[in-house]
Amino acid sequence: MLDLRLYMLQRITALVMAPLVLGHIAVMIYAVQGGLTAEEILGRTQGSVFWFLFYGSFVVAVSIHAAIGLRVILHETFGLTGLALRGVTWGIAALLLAMGGQAVIAVTWSGAA
Amino acid sequence: MNGSDAMLEVSVWRGTTSGGAYQDFEVPAYENQTILDVVSWIQHYADASLTYRFACRVGMCGSCAMMVNDQPRWTCRTHVKKVLKGRKLKVAPLRNLPVIKDLAADMDPFFDKWVAAGGAHQPSASRTEPIPPVDPQDPIRVEASAGIECINCSICYAACDTVAGNSDYLGPAALQRAWTLLNDAKHDAKDKILDAVSGSGGCHNCHSMGSCTAFCPNDLDPMSAIAGLKRATTRRFLRGGR
Amino acid sequence: MRPARAHPLWLAFVLHRVSGIALALFLPLHFWVLSLALTRPETLNQFLSFAEQPVVKLAEFGLVFLLAVHAFGGLRLMALEWLPWSVPQKTLAAGAVGVAVLISGTFFLQVV
Repeated sequence: MLDLRLYMLQRITALVMAPLVLGHIAVMIYAVQGGLTAEEILGRTQGSVFWFLFYGSFVVAVSIHAAIGLRVILHETFGLTGLALRGVTWGIAALLLAMGGQAVIAVTWSGAA
Repeated sequence: MNGSDAMLEVSVWRGTTSGGAYQDFEVPAYENQTILDVVSWIQHYADASLTYRFACRVGMCGSCAMMVNDQPRWTCRTHVKKVLKGRKLKVAPLRNLPVIKDLAADMDPFFDKWVAAGGAHQPSASRTEPIPPVDPQDPIRVEASAGIECINCSICYAACDTVAGNSDYLGPAALQRAWTLLNDAKHDAKDKILDAVSGSGGCHNCHSMGSCTAFCPNDLDPMSAIAGLKRATTRRFLRGGR
Repeated sequence: MRPARAHPLWLAFVLHRVSGIALALFLPLHFWVLSLALTRPETLNQFLSFAEQPVVKLAEFGLVFLLAVHAFGGLRLMALEWLPWSVPQKTLAAGAVGVAVLISGTFFLQVV
């Protein structure tokens, strides 16, 4: 069910996300001081190549990582196997990638708002 | 518990994989008494049709493991006093295996996986060649030695929740055997082992929940052995060896 | 048939799995709210002011906790799998990282 290839993908995306998660938590602690507004968030992130790459790589890694993680649970807890398991794994990855990509573009693309 | 005045209330699983139920027995309690003694008493004095398995009675052969109060235990070395809840005992066949009858689990899947993980010995030299020297202090040999006291009782296999959820998973005992052979100077098919434990039921399914190590009656550490296999396969993957 | 599982590594496994599921379920909502910035900025601001309520703040704390617990649990797992140390060494290393995070985290909260 989890062969070496999926295991390595899961661990590599985890390693990629380790610094990103710490950065994300740091930004959250900083950003929530004095409340959140759309203008404040977008003022920081829009048009920034750095934040585009930061959150872009985050979204790619988390889509793969979450899809493999949920795949394990769907198999072990709900007994999903074979084609259904493959399909759902790819479906989760595609959904997260699409929604995450849209969010990253919305927040970091310049001149959007 | 003095003499045979006190009685134990023992629920014993009767049946097979396709169906069955717990049957209650009253068994005299003694000062010194193992779970296997209790099961044997039932078979001798209460119901001769009770099926169970044992051989050595001293924790060497690994054939008498059962679920005792929902935990996997070697019944010949488990004293009643240690696991008694009030006066109640519950004895069932090993978890994660088919049941042949009553307390006798079908060990075939367990040993099939042992072989599937590359557990059959492949000598690196023939009998005409000199015996390769084995230094007990060698760090690699120390890794191998850590797992060779496994008696194949299947307690780790019964304790493992990953086995419960994933029937293809090779399980702690088979993977520890593979790790032992991987570190054995006299074993030849090292790459075959890494292939065997890298498949869809291989070592990478382990979640390091450590029930194998917590329950092993011989205090072995299959979880760390499996971590060793993950390390070895990762290293081979990074070198492009897949 | 449920064997006793109240040992630390099994509880760590459960924490990792539960936090992972919760984060995965939260992600689509998170992405959807952020993409409002592009399509309907006023809705995003309504949502952000809704998020000022104490109950939502508490839920946010929960999410940050889940994220941190999953991240450090994952680092623990990879250290256990890939670093061939003895058990006492691993305990010490995990303790050292824990203390370091605590101290630097406290410092960080003082600064901002």
